[in-house]
Amino acid sequence: MTKKPKVERRDYSLTGESARQAAEAGLVAAEWYHTEIPRKQMKALMARSDGPAMRDTILWAVLHVLTAAGGIYFWGSWWCVPFWIAYGVLYGSACDSRWHECGHGTAFRTRWMNDVVYHIASFQVMRNPINWRWSHARHHTDTIIVGRDAEIAWMHPVNLALKSLAYVGVVEVWRYFKAITRNAMGSLSPDEQNYTPESEWPKSIMVARIHLAIYVATALVALGMLLSGMGWASLIPFMVIGLPRIYGCWHMVMTGLLQHGGLAEDVLDHRLNSRTVYMNPISRWIYWNMNYHVEHHMFPMVPYHALPQLHEIVKHDLPEPDPSIWVAYRDMVRAILRQRREPGYYLRRDLPETARPYREDLHQAIPERATA
Amino acid sequence: MGDWIDVCDADDIEHEDVMRWDHDGRTFAIYRAPDGAVYATDGLCTHEQVHLADGMVMDHEIECPKHNGLFDYRSGAPLRAPVCEALATYPARIEGGRIQVMPDQAG
Repeated sequence: MTKKPKVERRDYSLTGESARQAAEAGLVAAEWYHTEIPRKQMKALMARSDGPAMRDTILWAVLHVLTAAGGIYFWGSWWCVPFWIAYGVLYGSACDSRWHECGHGTAFRTRWMNDVVYHIASFQVMRNPINWRWSHARHHTDTIIVGRDAEIAWMHPVNLALKSLAYVGVVEVWRYFKAITRNAMGSLSPDEQNYTPESEWPKSIMVARIHLAIYVATALVALGMLLSGMGWASLIPFMVIGLPRIYGCWHMVMTGLLQHGGLAEDVLDHRLNSRTVYMNPISRWIYWNMNYHVEHHMFPMVPYHALPQLHEIVKHDLPEPDPSIWVAYRDMVRAILRQRREPGYYLRRDLPETARPYREDLHQAIPERATA
Repeated sequence: MGDWIDVCDADDIEHEDVMRWDHDGRTFAIYRAPDGAVYATDGLCTHEQVHLADGMVMDHEIECPKHNGLFDYRSGAPLRAPVCEALATYPARIEGGRIQVMPDQAG
């Protein structure tokens, strides 16, 4: 049985005491450490093209169709299971990286292509595309700054039981439907209002209504199938739309929780609060290379397909990447368990001799860290 | 009408690129378009005050290096969230192989 946490709960809201402390400590919209890269090299890394994302998106779409068709064709036999497993990951996990990269506008060179894929992926991952565009901008401004960042996945003390449920998405789906319903009814939460400019609220409300309308239409189709005597097959509309966010999100959660888990809060150096992990090619395709997460946070304008190249250029200045998902999890879980008992503890990785030292100057300004 | 202030050699900025220029306690971004024409805007993004000189120039757009917001650097118009507010622009020209800007003449 897991021991009870000994650390006090921090205030992760964007309108409370932590927000005030972060501002006082100079952690809001601060200047972050980044590795120096010659301008010419940086320009080459930032260069946009439609080719890689078009190839990956066509493949993604075709695989959606083929796996869903297989799942439907074999419905009622065990043969449908592998098709739904694959479809679930394509829908419920790969959507996150497409949402993310297209939200940055770096996947495609052509702007409308980024926008189309962004909206489809936002629907699949169950995020209001308007509000989340702004929350993610905040995540990049104030990465893991408590009271500022709305996308902190590990809130201390971590509730391990609740966190485990993330792998089947039920808590997130419940939160999404609460949020999207609230948005559709014309209101945004205090946190959403904190990071979304008022001029964007009407768009947020309109998109929420579209999302809800699609789910209502899906439910009506399923109900029609049920009433016409199709029995269990009337679940198929939900297997195609909505449920994959539950039965297929495990890969998104597995990779996403590694981004910042067990690492530092309230620092201004992404090498201390983000993690790069070497992964297998399939996971990297699903995740669009976001395993190079320190690199992404240092240089968010570098497209996903150039991140391996960026990694080679900056790795002399970064902690050694975790060699596998397994090793990263082992170390992260140990750190998380320790964080439940030791206030201010975080996993601090050694830097290579070729690296510049961690940026320490502002770390002591946070009260919790000063007493840790 | 303000004065033209000398900035740098025209060749100091590649075509389709941007450079930082600080003058009189203010900071600017100086651009060269793909055709070599020169433009000037305020240096800091209107969203979170990040310097645009670290961003990427693509055609006639500048992308903020921190949040990927986009501006048309010819007019300063915001083109993609999270930027909503326009950038101030300034007259710029190439005279005798030198880039000159009129920093007191915000457009």
